Amino acid sequence: MSGTFGNPEIIEVNTDILLIGGGMAACGAAYEAVRWAGKDVKITLVDKAAMDRSGAVAMGLSAINTYLGENKPEDYVRMVSADLMGITRDDLVYDVGRHVDGTVHLFEEWGLPIWKTKETEGVALKDGGKPVRSGRWQIMINGESYKVIVAEAAKKALGIENIIERCFIVKLLLDTNEKNRIAGAVGFSVREHKLYVFKANAILNVCGGAVNIFRPRSLGEGTGRTWYPVWNAGSTYAMAAEVGAELTMMENRFVPARFKDGYGPVGAWFLLFKAQATNGFGENYVVKNAAMLKDFAPYDTATVVPTCLRNHAMLKEMKDGNGPIIMDTPTAMKKLAETMTPKEIKHLEAEAWEDFLDMCIGQAGVWAGMNIRPEETVSELMPTEPYLLGSHSGCCGIWVSGPEDIDSPAEWRWGYNRMTTVTGLFTAGDGVGASGHKFSSGSHTEGRIAGKEMVRFCLDHKGFKPSLKGDIKAIAEEIYMPVRNYIEHKDKTTSEDVNPNFISPKMFQMRLQKYMDEYVAGVATYYNTNAKLLEIGLHHLTMLKEDSTKLKARDLHELLRAWENYHRLRAAEAHLRHILFREETRYPGFFYRADFPKLDDANWKVFVNSKMNPETGEWTLRKVPHKDLVEKHYGGQKH
Amino acid sequence: MPTFVYSDKCDGCKGGTVTACMYICPNDLMKLDTTRMKAFNQEPEQCWECQCCVKACPQQAIEVRAYQDVVPMGGACIPLRTDTSIMWTIKFRDGEVKRFKFPVRTTAVGSIEPYAGKPEGGDIKSNLLFTEVGQTLPKI
Repeated sequence: MSGTFGNPEIIEVNTDILLIGGGMAACGAAYEAVRWAGKDVKITLVDKAAMDRSGAVAMGLSAINTYLGENKPEDYVRMVSADLMGITRDDLVYDVGRHVDGTVHLFEEWGLPIWKTKETEGVALKDGGKPVRSGRWQIMINGESYKVIVAEAAKKALGIENIIERCFIVKLLLDTNEKNRIAGAVGFSVREHKLYVFKANAILNVCGGAVNIFRPRSLGEGTGRTWYPVWNAGSTYAMAAEVGAELTMMENRFVPARFKDGYGPVGAWFLLFKAQATNGFGENYVVKNAAMLKDFAPYDTATVVPTCLRNHAMLKEMKDGNGPIIMDTPTAMKKLAETMTPKEIKHLEAEAWEDFLDMCIGQAGVWAGMNIRPEETVSELMPTEPYLLGSHSGCCGIWVSGPEDIDSPAEWRWGYNRMTTVTGLFTAGDGVGASGHKFSSGSHTEGRIAGKEMVRFCLDHKGFKPSLKGDIKAIAEEIYMPVRNYIEHKDKTTSEDVNPNFISPKMFQMRLQKYMDEYVAGVATYYNTNAKLLEIGLHHLTMLKEDSTKLKARDLHELLRAWENYHRLRAAEAHLRHILFREETRYPGFFYRADFPKLDDANWKVFVNSKMNPETGEWTLRKVPHKDLVEKHYGGQKH
Repeated sequence: MPTFVYSDKCDGCKGGTVTACMYICPNDLMKLDTTRMKAFNQEPEQCWECQCCVKACPQQAIEVRAYQDVVPMGGACIPLRTDTSIMWTIKFRDGEVKRFKFPVRTTAVGSIEPYAGKPEGGDIKSNLLFTEVGQTLPKI
């Protein structure tokens, strides 16, 4: 039978490994897992978009931000730890660091153009080619087709018959017989009237971070021009939480300071072009506020001042009325041009534009529309609305088991590498908490690590027969509730936009954004909050959750938005609860607990983990001891 | 900076049910109006401006217009992408036009053989990825 709107055909798919997501981590997992799987282990990938252009790298990138080269994994671990204010999992970070270069070599082999120094032009990295570094860890690329290339390798590895695109997974499902055991997932096609029910032995949950859970700085057409991809709906965190997977460091967030209004990248401008950023009066705000940053010792003396502390100094200037924050592009370009031929200067200008055109075309559009030429006109920088992610300069996510060959505390290792606390459920990339700075290459690498371990898991659990918990008909009813709401009530008022019986996904999102902005340290309060504000915020989110059963969907596209925004709500709730639990200000510049304005290493140099009981919906939060596995140095001193 | 579609250029991908822009949009925005057989952006304020649809359109019927709640009118960034390179035309509000061309790929599209010349997986219990067979992994 074929389905109709609201009465979908139910398609059951049996597989051994289910990869949910199609971004860098999923592509890495597919590539690695297929090689180990042989004929006995079936692998299926499901993506809500099209793999060629899905995930955070859809538009492209102008750099690969994690390539170790001559550096040691230990130094990578030190950098990541310092940038994230001391609380990261050294085992997980080290693991990415020791595998990542081989993955970058694959990208180059597959066809990704990587810039080389003049002396080694045309020589592959693996054969000794020297990359053009824009920083200690970053290498420059011509990355417009980065994702297309990585997807081609993954698609060929998987075989097209094992890929389902345009299918949005809404829920993970536990097993009936075995407690705390993943058994499947359920979602719907956004193209056909089909509900997909997957049964699997192991599942990889890699659906990116959370974007647009806070009110963005641009509210009209600019709403979609977010820094991280607008389609990252927090699904990774929401779906994991709802099956009782333990989350970690969900209080962490990322507030990137970027070119104002287009959110263009600043990395190449700082690191490659050596541009200076100042307050409106030409003062270097990090140097000027060095004394203030001492409150956050020892992290203020890290080799590179942590991102949140640089934001902290920037925000001080903005609040004191010393804005705008300016990126002095003309001086930087003039300085570089001093020793260049006219041809080289032309090339430099092209490089400056390519930095945007490869990964943030919107910023190039802002420059074109505002007649900004970087060699003539300075640009404003601005801290954005907050984002939740685990792969960039942020570390919220899911608590996972680490590599067995690294001597870490017992609580960090309970079996398969990158498995969550739910048996058979794995994650990678933005999904793995307490280990940021993976970026594109590290996420692909972490996907590979998880992919291999999932095959091992399946071979070790060959006898498992998934038995999905819950009545599929009832779950289907729940998923299509927004459609039912629409059909039942749409004709009761003269305009479907205003109807007392339902709420549109768009208004639902705006309500979430308003509450998060005003109560949970968004831009409206200069990223400040306190326990009283958070309690009110939680009350509002609770009522919003109640109203989620009244969401409406006039078509499959709106049904996608309804469930994406439900995922956003769950991820936002986890974020709020963690901020409420951590009674200190660990990440000034990202957010402030104004009632606990100081860094408190004595009580809070710990992970914060949370768990939602899937039966009762109750949350419990706890401290998990932190340990440095790699010795850290600050201000030249061991620490 | 939402996408828009020129009515005279879009041919609805010749009557297919899924147009190139619908197929590729990472955010499910492009939609085919089956009465007019023209594609359109069904939710402009959710557009990330990634230009994936612009690059994929066989008719070059799609462009991006800057988001009007922020950006003054008149500028544009227009790509022309081939299998090996991309040419960008940047039009400033004041009329100046700049062009930039960058490589996108060093291998032929579709030519990747993911496992050609690669080792088989070795010991699945070790921490080595299959491409690392025979290596010794560093430890802390």
